[in-house]
Amino acid sequence: MTDAMDANATGTGFKVEEKLFQNRYLVDVGRPHITIKPHDVPSKALLALTHACPAGCYSKNDSGQVEATIDGCLECGTCRVITAKTGDIEWNYPRGGFGVLFKFG
Amino acid sequence: MIEERFDAIVVGAGPSGNAAAYTMAKAGLKVLQLERGEYPGSKNVQGAILYADALEKIIPDFREDAPLERHIIEQRLWTMDEKSYVGMHYRSEDFNEERPNRYTILRAQFDKWFSSKVREAGAILLCETTVTELIRDGAGKVTGVRTDRDGGTALADIVILGEGVNGLVGQRSGLRPELQPDSVALAVKEMHFLPREVIESRFNLKGNEGVVIEAMGTITDGMTGTGFLYTNQESVSVGIGCIVSDFAESGKTAYGLLEAFKNHPSIKPLLENSECKEYAAHLIPEGGYHSIPELYGDGWLVVGDAGQFVNAVHREGSNLAMTTGRIAGETVIALKHRGAAMSKANLAAYKRTLDETFVMKDLKKYKRIPALLHRNKQLFGLYPRLLTAAAQTWFRVDGVDKRSKENAILRSFRKGRTLSGLIGDAFKLARAWR
Repeated sequence: MTDAMDANATGTGFKVEEKLFQNRYLVDVGRPHITIKPHDVPSKALLALTHACPAGCYSKNDSGQVEATIDGCLECGTCRVITAKTGDIEWNYPRGGFGVLFKFG
Repeated sequence: MIEERFDAIVVGAGPSGNAAAYTMAKAGLKVLQLERGEYPGSKNVQGAILYADALEKIIPDFREDAPLERHIIEQRLWTMDEKSYVGMHYRSEDFNEERPNRYTILRAQFDKWFSSKVREAGAILLCETTVTELIRDGAGKVTGVRTDRDGGTALADIVILGEGVNGLVGQRSGLRPELQPDSVALAVKEMHFLPREVIESRFNLKGNEGVVIEAMGTITDGMTGTGFLYTNQESVSVGIGCIVSDFAESGKTAYGLLEAFKNHPSIKPLLENSECKEYAAHLIPEGGYHSIPELYGDGWLVVGDAGQFVNAVHREGSNLAMTTGRIAGETVIALKHRGAAMSKANLAAYKRTLDETFVMKDLKKYKRIPALLHRNKQLFGLYPRLLTAAAQTWFRVDGVDKRSKENAILRSFRKGRTLSGLIGDAFKLARAWR
């Protein structure tokens, strides 16, 4: 079994950062287009983003809250759809021209 | 921001928005198109297959200068388990025709080209401009849009929303409900570059011939979804997608699935020594007919993915997008020529026309399929395993007589799914398909 298949088995082992490294972004510094609402304990939906986000933008910090680093965001909207009912995040498009720039799409 | 008043504003410069803007501009309407990306295509992701028929009805001579990759001469449908696939392949010299039927494309290049045609036809395109909300008059009719360009506004008789699957403008304006996690898929894709002669020898192609592989089975690890591999001129698009709620509940990652798919013994040799140059993700509306929202109202129309126009069974979307965009444009032109108002009652012609096309007919035909696929995970795990095992039993020559092999295969299906389960699945599938 390859490393990649192991990663699939656990769902977490693979480093998605290596994939994002290929992409072009124009980061809107200091103006993140996604923000997580303050929370003590994350909802199930919010917690799901730590694996469901295809860019690995969400992670759990040491004190148990979910944090987001959205520089690698692919703007798919998966996190927005998963948390639509719980309202855990505020999601907007990046300002015009900013964000991911697909070279091939 | 813009003083003059437009006949129409189109939100988005993907296939549906471009089809609508082109159709209207070509007929002499004053069209403003707004796109949030740096250039048309910079935010857009697709497999991608272009279906010639839908584009021919808009730009008949598109083949002269559109950036097309390869025309498809072979379709491979694979049912996979961890080590094998059972395939149904169709390849025909008939697809090497003067006006090929389907092409692979790269959306960033293709959308730029389509957009250049829209501008040649006379539409005004503003990129790097995100529409933030709709403007309405006292009676609730949509009269324009507000953008993030200094909060500037633009006014028109009609706003056509081709804002894509994750279209916030229409949703936040209450024109359509929020996407449901169980009726939208998340797909991820990588672009793997290889010399064209390598692609041609690996896939048995010459010139600009291309191959499409669509795959299902254990590659989605028990979730509802499919994988794909498309040949471009000097690259291969490889990707996999599953329903969002399946990702949310299973704890699995899309990139983990993609890595495993790429490393499948049937896929890995096809990608060997390639250089990956991009990783993309996108949502696909897969709810089908029952998920189609309100498509028109006073001063607005919805086209493309924003209207859930995807035929998930046949992996068609861009042709539905272009067709809905074109018909939306034609509806507006007809009203304009009659001097009629862009009212809800008059715009109902859009839906009536769509009902008579393949767009609505196909979505209606398969209206039960999305729920069936979502609720019957055995189609993605158990059956692929049973099928591949049966194939191995059948093809392996080991001194066992053929009657015993037949019986062993039948027993494996009964044991795996029970006789009533098998009959029930066949019935459900037949009912959903017809």
